[in-house]
Amino acid sequence: MPEIKVTPLGAGQDVGRSCILVSIAGKNVMLDCGMHMGYNDDRRFPDFSYITQNGRLTDFLDCVIISHFHLDHCGALPYFSEMVGYDGPIYMTHPTKAICPILLEDYRKITVDKKGETNFFTSQMIKDCMKKVVAVHLHQTVQVDEELEIKAYYAGHVLGAAMFQIKVGCESVVYTGDYNMTPDRHLGAAWIDKCRPDLLISESTYATTIRDSKRCRERDFLKKVHETVERGGKVLIPVFALGRAQELCILLETFWERMNLKAPIYFSTGLTEKANHYYKLFITWTNQKIRKTFVQRNMFEFKHIKAFDRAFADNPGPMVVFATPGMLHAGQSLQIFRKWAGNEKNMVIMPGYCVQGTVGHKILSGQRKLEMEGRQILEVKMQVEYMSFSAHADAKGIMQLIRQAEPRNVLLVHGEAKKMEFLKQKIEQEFHVSCFMPANGETTTILTNPCIPVDISLGLLKRETVIGPLPDAKKPKLMHGTLLMKDNSFRLVSPEQALKELGLAEHQLRFTCRVHIQDPRKEHETVLRVYNHLKGILKDYSVQHLPDGSITVESILIQATAHSEDQGTKVLLVSWTYQDEELGSYLTSLLKKGLPQST
Amino acid sequence: FFQYCLSGHPTLPCNVLKFKSTTIMLDCGLDMTSTLNFLPLPLVQSPRLSKLPGWVLKDGSTFLDKELKECSGHVFVDSVPEFCLPETELLDLSTVDVILISNYHCMMALPYITEYTGFTGTVYATEPTVQIGRLLMEELVNSIERVPKAQSASMWKNKEVQRLLPAPLKDAVEVSMWRKCYTMPEVNAALSKIQLVGYSQKIELFGAVQVTPLSSGYALGSSNWIIQSHYEKVSYVSGSSLLTTHPQPMDQASLKNSDVLILTGLTQIPTANPDGMVGEFCSNLAMTVRNGGNVLVPCYPSGVIYDLLECLYQYIDSAGLSNVPFYFISPVANSSLEFSQIFAEWLCHNKQTKVYLPEPPFPHAELIQTNKLKHYPSIHGDFSNDFKQPCVVFTGHPSLRFGDVVHFMELWGKSSLNTVIFTEPDFSYLDALAPYQPLAMKCVYCPIDTRLNFIQVSKLLKEVQPLHVVCPEQYTQPPPTQSHRTDLMIDCQPPAVSYRRAEVLTLPYKRRYEKIEIMPDLADSLVPSEIKPGISLATVSAVLHTKDNKHVLQLPPKPPQPPASKKRKRVSDDVPECKSLKPLLSGSIPVDQFVQTLEKHGFSDVKVEDTAKGHIVLLQEAETLIQLEEDSTHIICDNDEPLRVKLRDLVLKFLQKF
Repeated sequence: MPEIKVTPLGAGQDVGRSCILVSIAGKNVMLDCGMHMGYNDDRRFPDFSYITQNGRLTDFLDCVIISHFHLDHCGALPYFSEMVGYDGPIYMTHPTKAICPILLEDYRKITVDKKGETNFFTSQMIKDCMKKVVAVHLHQTVQVDEELEIKAYYAGHVLGAAMFQIKVGCESVVYTGDYNMTPDRHLGAAWIDKCRPDLLISESTYATTIRDSKRCRERDFLKKVHETVERGGKVLIPVFALGRAQELCILLETFWERMNLKAPIYFSTGLTEKANHYYKLFITWTNQKIRKTFVQRNMFEFKHIKAFDRAFADNPGPMVVFATPGMLHAGQSLQIFRKWAGNEKNMVIMPGYCVQGTVGHKILSGQRKLEMEGRQILEVKMQVEYMSFSAHADAKGIMQLIRQAEPRNVLLVHGEAKKMEFLKQKIEQEFHVSCFMPANGETTTILTNPCIPVDISLGLLKRETVIGPLPDAKKPKLMHGTLLMKDNSFRLVSPEQALKELGLAEHQLRFTCRVHIQDPRKEHETVLRVYNHLKGILKDYSVQHLPDGSITVESILIQATAHSEDQGTKVLLVSWTYQDEELGSYLTSLLKKGLPQST
Repeated sequence: FFQYCLSGHPTLPCNVLKFKSTTIMLDCGLDMTSTLNFLPLPLVQSPRLSKLPGWVLKDGSTFLDKELKECSGHVFVDSVPEFCLPETELLDLSTVDVILISNYHCMMALPYITEYTGFTGTVYATEPTVQIGRLLMEELVNSIERVPKAQSASMWKNKEVQRLLPAPLKDAVEVSMWRKCYTMPEVNAALSKIQLVGYSQKIELFGAVQVTPLSSGYALGSSNWIIQSHYEKVSYVSGSSLLTTHPQPMDQASLKNSDVLILTGLTQIPTANPDGMVGEFCSNLAMTVRNGGNVLVPCYPSGVIYDLLECLYQYIDSAGLSNVPFYFISPVANSSLEFSQIFAEWLCHNKQTKVYLPEPPFPHAELIQTNKLKHYPSIHGDFSNDFKQPCVVFTGHPSLRFGDVVHFMELWGKSSLNTVIFTEPDFSYLDALAPYQPLAMKCVYCPIDTRLNFIQVSKLLKEVQPLHVVCPEQYTQPPPTQSHRTDLMIDCQPPAVSYRRAEVLTLPYKRRYEKIEIMPDLADSLVPSEIKPGISLATVSAVLHTKDNKHVLQLPPKPPQPPASKKRKRVSDDVPECKSLKPLLSGSIPVDQFVQTLEKHGFSDVKVEDTAKGHIVLLQEAETLIQLEEDSTHIICDNDEPLRVKLRDLVLKFLQKF
């Protein structure tokens, strides 16, 4: 039985380091190649030795697919392709291809230049890695090889985020990456057609959450920012340069405009300006409204939001600063946080999910005394707010996607085990499909039952669609053919054609049965009685009395002769070919019972 | 399948394909050359045009002098310009299931089709095609609607009257079918029926046909289309280019193995080299400006203009034109320039790489930033304040019959310092200029048509090897004005099938196979046997289900178990319901082995006699006789069913089932 095997190397019952191996119909595909923000040791990257101990990865993987540019989905890519060694194709959408190397370079700089790590990938490696990338359009069917094809769908998580369908013959898997089922201020909602994959691999970050309306959250966010600024406090919003940052910028920009606020809004690092530029150039990937109005007013040209300089952090007075990275685990956001944490007038708003081990996660779980580098203790007096702005589908959204795609099996990744367990039950109950949630390194095997596509000769198909004594909609149409299998091609043809193609002659098998009937009458009268008898019973069949004195029932021939010794007995010769076996057999047994008493 | 040819214009095609019970319209181009028969629509009152004399028939009758005006020996209709629509009577257009658009120039008739014919289907096009197509339509509607014309001439269309008119009016085809321009609500309604598609996206139509757009290299988002079922492939090639300009290169490989290749939209100027024309364009422009004259470039608001601006960007500094203002005037100028920058995915590799930096893919962004290029929605408003001469103006429409270009022709036509440079190949420049004669301004003809020329076509056909080529009749003979140039026609084997307007073609090919799916449980039940080395076969008896043009084979339902009642059944209950099909048999029966088998099964009195064609096996006690021949076996026995069945099964053991 064909099967699909799935092994997460990362994101199995965990968030971070997304990396999932899929084997489908003899093809091996790696989905995402992320890093883990919560680790600084070997565990930050997936363990690629799982794929092969000593062989080359290129020989084992048919392709790699990257769903979007977040580092927990692509952060290990240069390590994987350049340091471990992979030369096969890497697929991602155009915006991902554009933005991914910038975030990788940023990540490299923080790790190597600031933390002083060696044995990390280099700028050149990022460039070489990106040369292996093939950009794909939405909905384009990309033929990876003769059998393996992939297709991207809009995921709405960040600019260029995509879900991917991986298909070999009739078998298919859909990997969602991260997705969002509700349109936000800058992106549209994820969408997939009813593609009925054998397996849907879905993220489940918000497996148990059903979020309140977006409007409420936005109002709440603006209110908190506004209040803090009004009382002269500083607001720090740790974000990733691309994604939520743009959404929140649009939100604050329009709010500042409407309320005529004067407090400065800054966006840290040069990356952001660049980031906004990407949004302008890839505006076709944003939502309907932005796309429609971009000629008149490009939403990504901000009037109130200025570039941040690190000296500004010490300026007196209120301000709002967007700083990277989003989980407060390194870089500028962490620096600013350390400066401002001691003042209760200030506020930090965490707009997204924070993985375990990060400062973001610690303060969100209520920790107010943090041990920093050099055993220094940082006391957090500033207000800490969490607001879920990360664009992941919530439980409702995940169910909605399953309804859209109608998968035969579901597999959850990119979430916490406990929450997954809950969602798994819900999915199994509601959709009656199996739901899996393997841990990292654990393989899930799904049996598939693919149909076998076959070429049928048009003659056979046309013949069979009209056959049957009477067209009856309720009765199924039976078709008889011969399946010829040569190399890997399957052809269904009529038996006659099969014989002809193979250069074989038909072998005719004929039966002739002698049936004795007690009937003293003359032969032709006997025949007439037989004829009437058969005619009366076989109403759906063509029964004919031929001039030469024989009877035919369809193509079965019945002839009568007198018994050589006994004049009172007539011998009926019933003759049929193997093709009429059932009818022939039936006729002989019918006639054996004798003729009804004549009337 | 059939092809209905609704347009005779080779670069503005409109064909309808009937393919496997699907009706597919390929493009709906609008032939705008009809507007050349009309007087220009001036934006401001033109004393010259309003003073043109009415046309008088040879016999002196003047009844047409309100409708027809004469200018320098040519006669023009003084009315709102009208367009020549695709044929609407050849077939019922409400039966069209889908319309496939190949590029934004080939969709200009869309509102006429979707809004007037009862069309209820879907239109497929790429996003740039739709966005830029919308801009072209908007510009068209705008330039006609902003000059309301009281008069709508119709008398001249009367067949009896048209006969009396001078050429080309006399020969204009189907003038009764000419229509006025559509309106914006109609444009919006038409565009709302479009579904966006991406290159290499496979779109299923009714389960029977799959259509796929491929990059054609001619314009932003321009596509060729593959229309195929599992066994037939039709390639529709329309407006393709192998030159490296701004769009993504043409996808040629996917056109291979076509049964039929429909070829339209080749270059209209097969003798001109586009690169040379661009060079001439630049040098003429520079010369005019240096001499203190103005340059007018009648153009569409999208397409070649991007390439021209890019050339000028590289050229102006070296040519000392840095201080000459470039104006781009169109109601959609701004949109066109903005849109060009956001279709990174549809651009050639070099431009894509720029977007990754991130920089705008087209250098006209920089021209705008440095104030070298300015764009205005029309000559009214800001433009009149900023306007400085000498200058270069890009504006439409290339027919010179409507749009802001009419104003500049009137304004600059009288001075020989000025130059009008024709770059768009769609209109004969002499015809375009006719209502402006006499003209002092210089006219330069630099048509830039990047579409395939005949050398490229013959290379392409050799490469992709279609079984049949179908093309407009114009491509199967040399151009009328250059009848000796046999190189300017399609040369292929077998010769191309040509079509003309209002013709219906039946295209030759035979389908022999169809795809069917075998359900897994049925597949499991099959017992294949190897009949020859490498060839196996299995007999299949199955139930055929056909839904949405997809065929599936399933296991036949198990026959219902006869009720185990003891009640005596009526004979007729046993009548076999329908003919259950038995396989064909093949092979032959070796007599010795057969006899051995019989003996093994308890027949002790087997006797064999030789006959001319084989053998007769006798079972004496059973009074049974079996004739064995090369290709037949005949069992003749008493009515002893168990015996017959036993013998039957023994015989079948030796035979192969089909």
